[in-house]
Amino acid sequence: MDFLNPVINGFSVVLEPMNLLYCLVGVVIGMLIGVLPGLGPAATIAILLPLTYGVEPVTAIIMLAGIFYGAQYGGTITSVLLRLPGEASSVVTVFDGYQMARQGKAGTALGLAAIGSFIGGTAAIIGLTFLAPLVAGFALDFGPPEYSALAMLGILLVATISGGSKAKALIAASVGLLLATVGRDIFTGESRFTFGSIQLADGIDFVPIAMGIFGLGEILYNLEERHRAAKAPSKVSNVWPSKAELKHASGAIGRGSVLGFFLGILPGGGATIASMASYAMEKKRAKQPERFGKGAPEGVAGPETANNAAATSSFIPLLTLGIPANATMALMFGALLIQGVTPGPQLVEQEPELFWGVVNSMYIGNILLLIMSLPLVGIFVRILRVRAAILAPITALITLLGAYTINNSMFDVTLVVVFGVVGYLMKKFGFEPGPLVLAFVLGELLESSLRRSLLVFDGDPTGFFTRPISATLLAVFVLVALMPGIRSAMAKRKGTTAASASAGDGTNNDGANNIKEKV
Amino acid sequence: METTPAVSAGRDGSTAVTPGGDAPNELPEALTPEQLAAQWEEEKPPAAGPLANAASSLVVLGVGIGALVLSVAMGLGTLSAPQPGLWPFMASCVMVALGLFQLILGRHNRDAEKFTRMSFAPLIGLATLATMVALMPLIGFEIPALVLCVIWMKFLGGETWRSTILVSVLVVVAFYAIFILALGTSIPHLF
Repeated sequence: MDFLNPVINGFSVVLEPMNLLYCLVGVVIGMLIGVLPGLGPAATIAILLPLTYGVEPVTAIIMLAGIFYGAQYGGTITSVLLRLPGEASSVVTVFDGYQMARQGKAGTALGLAAIGSFIGGTAAIIGLTFLAPLVAGFALDFGPPEYSALAMLGILLVATISGGSKAKALIAASVGLLLATVGRDIFTGESRFTFGSIQLADGIDFVPIAMGIFGLGEILYNLEERHRAAKAPSKVSNVWPSKAELKHASGAIGRGSVLGFFLGILPGGGATIASMASYAMEKKRAKQPERFGKGAPEGVAGPETANNAAATSSFIPLLTLGIPANATMALMFGALLIQGVTPGPQLVEQEPELFWGVVNSMYIGNILLLIMSLPLVGIFVRILRVRAAILAPITALITLLGAYTINNSMFDVTLVVVFGVVGYLMKKFGFEPGPLVLAFVLGELLESSLRRSLLVFDGDPTGFFTRPISATLLAVFVLVALMPGIRSAMAKRKGTTAASASAGDGTNNDGANNIKEKV
Repeated sequence: METTPAVSAGRDGSTAVTPGGDAPNELPEALTPEQLAAQWEEEKPPAAGPLANAASSLVVLGVGIGALVLSVAMGLGTLSAPQPGLWPFMASCVMVALGLFQLILGRHNRDAEKFTRMSFAPLIGLATLATMVALMPLIGFEIPALVLCVIWMKFLGGETWRSTILVSVLVVVAFYAIFILALGTSIPHLF
């Protein structure tokens, strides 16, 4: 049972009072923010990044992870009670959750969601415990060519799976890559894009970019919208679902756990896709699909289970390969880098305490989530009445003052404001901010491994295809890049595609080809 | 995946709220997911026209070409002996190509949002933030923060004077207590 020793040691890390406290703080903050209107989990984590400077790496990540899955559940509460999805991954919960609330079963819906989240999360942690060391072991042989291919594939997948225009997402990614080159070139020591500024010579920090684009950008964007005053939500009573209801939903919870776990591992996947896939699956499987949208408990239990399972399993690519699977994981990656920890295959071996500490903290986090969410629903309902107008300046000030505390420099604060404007304009013009931040985080890894591999291959780019793993990854890259083009071509042949749709689809194809050519 | 627009629209719930200058009428409660998705789609801010799309593509092109020129100036080298400019050159080539593509084929996309009367709010918000950044080193954070709170709550948020002043003062005092007294950070402060 040698394998289990570090796992068990990880529990002793989690059970240190400091870590338990930060886990609790993270989960509570996450739930609160998930319930409050305006900020999503990525924005919350971005704004709170300065908090993690003063603490141990394990503690920092435990707290950020807590925020992440806490927000996951917080979003459910608003979906069910107010028909306002707190974030994208609980959109489908609205369909049946709100209907259940209208039928006076709000408590049951929230209870099912909490229990499903707990089961899905726990199942995913167990899966993670066994799968992560395997993946990491496999990835230990990865050299620079594999990393270049993997990083490119990761960026492409995140950009193409995101909601909006794929060309715009890829443009955002290329901006991220360019921003990552600002500062000294690691190979030659020459300054790039610094425009003579001393502050830029060391490159742009990740935190001001994340705080600006995700945090302040979202705050500015929300200023534009008039928030409908949250009408007093229906009274929530009887949060514990009955045995019959639980039994009825158990199938959905089981399927959601498995589906969510696997969709969470995929780059570009994650909680949102998992919840939507689970809803679709439950509806398809149901004997009376017409019940869906009218308050079917499976329509809440399945997606809520799946999104929590996916949120958990999306830690696998981050912790074992060093490739964040989505924007939130890119923030975790950045937070780890700040702490001097580079996530990657060596992490399990070299820092077992950190690795297993974080993994095992998720059990605790899930338990905290379960025991707190059910009794505290009433308090969350009251928090819903806090008006956005009061919240906005507070979050803006936290962002500015927090940014100052990173390096005690006004330059960082200025950067946050500048990137806040960039983030706001990106949202206005339909550019996803996620790919930018992800590409920025991966930019240095991608450049250095690309240059190292070219050194190994003596400048011959076909060398990537002589190694089986990098060849496979690049083949997948090409496939993903060409897929929309092929699809739209086929659709065109059928003559059903609208001109605009094919334009949007073809975009990605073209852009990806360009990346391909440059490699 | 026809519900994707609804997902992006409902990211934080705020988009599911009636935006723009229209009065937020009480809409009839949607019953089916399809109706709900359609309703969210309807409530999305008005889409910007081809001009805004073209403008954003031109900005992308401009930045891309600028980066391209600068990276060529840094020296490209060869694939086996790359100079510092090679990698930024690749990234900016991608950006220019995508910008061109977006300019020509993406001009009818409807994913950009129109700037409305409501867009003054972020502009004013930005002005207060910039002012705060400029004044903080000179007079500390307290007064700029108080002014920022008042402007955001009263003029951007439509709170009453009473709650604005009460909350603003509380917020500044709380921030002073947390950042200066408790954490001992070196944030410029007046008192």
